[in-house]
Amino acid sequence: MSGALQTIGLSKRFGGLTATDDVSFTLGHGARHALIGPNGAGKTTFINLLTGVLSANEGTILLEGEDVTRMPQQQRARRGLGRTFQINQLFGAMTPVESVGLAVSERMGGGGQFWRRLGKRTDIVDEIVELLRQFRLIEVMDEPTARLPYGKQRLLEIAVALASQPRVLLLDEPAAGVPEAERGELLDTLAALPRDVSILLIEHDMDLVFSFADRISVLVNGALFAEGTPEVMRNDPRVQDVYLGSDNHV
Amino acid sequence: MIPILIDGIAYGMLLFVLASGLAVTLGLMNFINLAHGAFAMAGGYVTSVLMNSHGVPFLVTLPVAFVVPALVGAVLERTLYAPLYERSHLDHVLFSIGLTFMAVSATTWAMGSQQQLISLPGWLEGRFALFGIAIGRYRAFLIVVCAALVVALQLVLTRTRFGSRLRAAVDDRRVARGLGIRVETIFAATFAVGSGLGGLGGALGVPMLGLDPTFPLKYMVYFLIVVTIGGTAGLAGPFLAALIIGVADVAGKYYLPELGSFLITLLMIVLLVLRPQGLIARAR
Amino acid sequence: MTDQSIFLSASKPRHDSDAATRRALDDLRRVGRLRPAELLFWGAALASFLVLPGSHLLLSQTAILGLFALSLDLIIGYAGIVSLGHGAFFGLGAYTAGIVSVRLTEEPLSGLVLGGLVAALAGALTGPLLTMRATDLSRLMVTLGIATLLHEGANQLTWLTGGADGLSGVTVAPILGLFEFDLIGTTGYGYCLIVSFVLFLAARRVVTSPYGLSLRAIRDNALRARAMGIPVAARLVGIYAFSAFIAGVAGALLTQVTMFTSLDVLGFERSADVLLVLVLGGVGYLYGGLIGAVLFTVLQDRLATLSPQYWQFWIGLILVVIVLIGRDRLAAVPVRLRAGLSGRKAAAGEGEA
Repeated sequence: MSGALQTIGLSKRFGGLTATDDVSFTLGHGARHALIGPNGAGKTTFINLLTGVLSANEGTILLEGEDVTRMPQQQRARRGLGRTFQINQLFGAMTPVESVGLAVSERMGGGGQFWRRLGKRTDIVDEIVELLRQFRLIEVMDEPTARLPYGKQRLLEIAVALASQPRVLLLDEPAAGVPEAERGELLDTLAALPRDVSILLIEHDMDLVFSFADRISVLVNGALFAEGTPEVMRNDPRVQDVYLGSDNHV
Repeated sequence: MIPILIDGIAYGMLLFVLASGLAVTLGLMNFINLAHGAFAMAGGYVTSVLMNSHGVPFLVTLPVAFVVPALVGAVLERTLYAPLYERSHLDHVLFSIGLTFMAVSATTWAMGSQQQLISLPGWLEGRFALFGIAIGRYRAFLIVVCAALVVALQLVLTRTRFGSRLRAAVDDRRVARGLGIRVETIFAATFAVGSGLGGLGGALGVPMLGLDPTFPLKYMVYFLIVVTIGGTAGLAGPFLAALIIGVADVAGKYYLPELGSFLITLLMIVLLVLRPQGLIARAR
Repeated sequence: MTDQSIFLSASKPRHDSDAATRRALDDLRRVGRLRPAELLFWGAALASFLVLPGSHLLLSQTAILGLFALSLDLIIGYAGIVSLGHGAFFGLGAYTAGIVSVRLTEEPLSGLVLGGLVAALAGALTGPLLTMRATDLSRLMVTLGIATLLHEGANQLTWLTGGADGLSGVTVAPILGLFEFDLIGTTGYGYCLIVSFVLFLAARRVVTSPYGLSLRAIRDNALRARAMGIPVAARLVGIYAFSAFIAGVAGALLTQVTMFTSLDVLGFERSADVLLVLVLGGVGYLYGGLIGAVLFTVLQDRLATLSPQYWQFWIGLILVVIVLIGRDRLAAVPVRLRAGLSGRKAAAGEGEA
């Protein structure tokens, strides 16, 4: 049983530094899995390996059982691997309608159509509106993304990823930097993400981790340190040690 | 075979001196300065005018051919170039092409469009035999002078305080500023030295490359090839690239004259496609 | 963003009941919407044909230059690729049309289409060299290098191209067998205008399609575009080849209208001139190249009479001044002017567009 996403002996070195150290990890189907660890534990490197921004020195990555280790980013994305970014990566000059619409039309294979006018396919428009409603972006849907409040941009970051209908979604610190007033909205939409999408959440915010995840893995110095249910992890003295000892608890 | 090699090495070393300033502007300021050849041309004209109109000896004109473009470079850097560092590469290209066109036109207006000829002192003319191989005296002179310049440059970069500050500024402008290094002054000084070296190269190149107002456009591609192929991580890459190009160009023109500059350009495209960061890329 | 309230009534959404759907549709159609100024522009182009019969030769050159600059806008403004060698495609088109006329057929449309196709093929073949791991500088050098290779090639293949003497003996039969090319250039200008208009419409259609949207996204944030599954390299090569096609057609037009072509169609100066033309008119909205060509022609006319041999100096000065003032600041001038004329304050976003 390979799960939705699996790594076997994954390693990445930068010069003498081992950023990812022999990680064998499985994300189950429909999972709500959190990956935690102190700063510099290699969480973002791990995500970049999974998505293909970086290429691994050793090891294998399986997406729904298919070896994607050597595939470029866009092919993994086309096979159902979606992600959000720790720092917003949005199209500043485009509106939310255009950004989500682009993702939907790319998914439907219409992204290369150069002779069709935008806004002609009503099925796409209906889906865009549905997604924007789900992520509470209706009021700001036709404003340039760069001018949206930060919390709305964070929501759009997830909406764009979800518009590609990924089978596996990697959320890289979705709540980072969101002001307290806009947080509730974000947490609600996270909780309402479709159950058939397998989600790996990378997060510093322990409240969010424990409210969201049904399984937790701990990464320390690039290696998997512990894994288990939230209850087990909460009471594991080693995990508390790593977290409290490293002085990085947020 | 060997005379061609020596010719190529002399040409390559000259190219390096001409292009080293460009390598520095690119590496340090990340500025694509297509007008670098205009500074080289200025040096060439300084030497030509001093020799032909004022009877100044060739060797005496060389320092002047360095100083004049260096001063012009310093002034232009502070007034025109510096405000554009943060702009897009497209802006760099537009601005420096514009400057080149102005230089070409202004030189035609002031000096006429004909080739500038200088007569070298007797001891630099003709050939001498070394181990039975006839070597052009001026070629040998070029190799010696350029090699000395290369060594001097390398020493300045690696052994002096200025060099270490320059390298710090190249690595990380912000950190260098934080360390109290006056980055702006370093930029201006480096730009000036680079322009001066270009000017010196232009002067040294008059007998070999010729000199007329289209010089900056004619040789722009060669300077850029040296820098793009060599990479901007240090001087070793451009030096190596300049030698390769010098030898390849001379050999190509000797053995396959009908191909002209075809081979060099093709070589450049292939190398750039394989290694867009140049032969010796900056460590990241 | 343009003032949307004017256009709300213009589009007919299917779900009138659903305000959100209507807004979304409206937003998606915004970039493709025809603006009154566009009609004005093409109206003026048509008027120039009717009221300036004495200038048809000059106007043909302007239209060709404008079409060429439009093609450059597609790769600089829409694909974000800086090129110093776009003249390569113009020259390929020019020589192809010339050679077709000398060796194959004098029928003009075949030469025109073949010129475009040969250039497009060259674009499709060389495009991947620019999209792999390229930096701005390596792209500049590769484009410049390819143009140099072609220039050198055309210079050497004397039997085919006429070498340094240029390709003479180009004759062009009447267009569609009906319109014969005349000495004052009326047929030529009409031909150039129609071809330019058709290709402009095609380019407009492409940049306002879903494909065009993906190009905007790639230019804005290539990292996200990849994460979205967009095949970035393939999309860029596509627009590069399309741009090469238009440049090739522009070159073919020049050969057919002047019945001659020579090495300078492949020269560096031509690639530099077209950059100036585009920058004069503004990058990234398709009309920049066309407007720039008009400005360029007027400037050339004025400055060349002032001091014909130092024309290049003025080109250089204009480039330097434009960059020093700042292209974005210059682009904001018409917006402020329009706002001033209509007595309204410019919308906040207009200056950034």
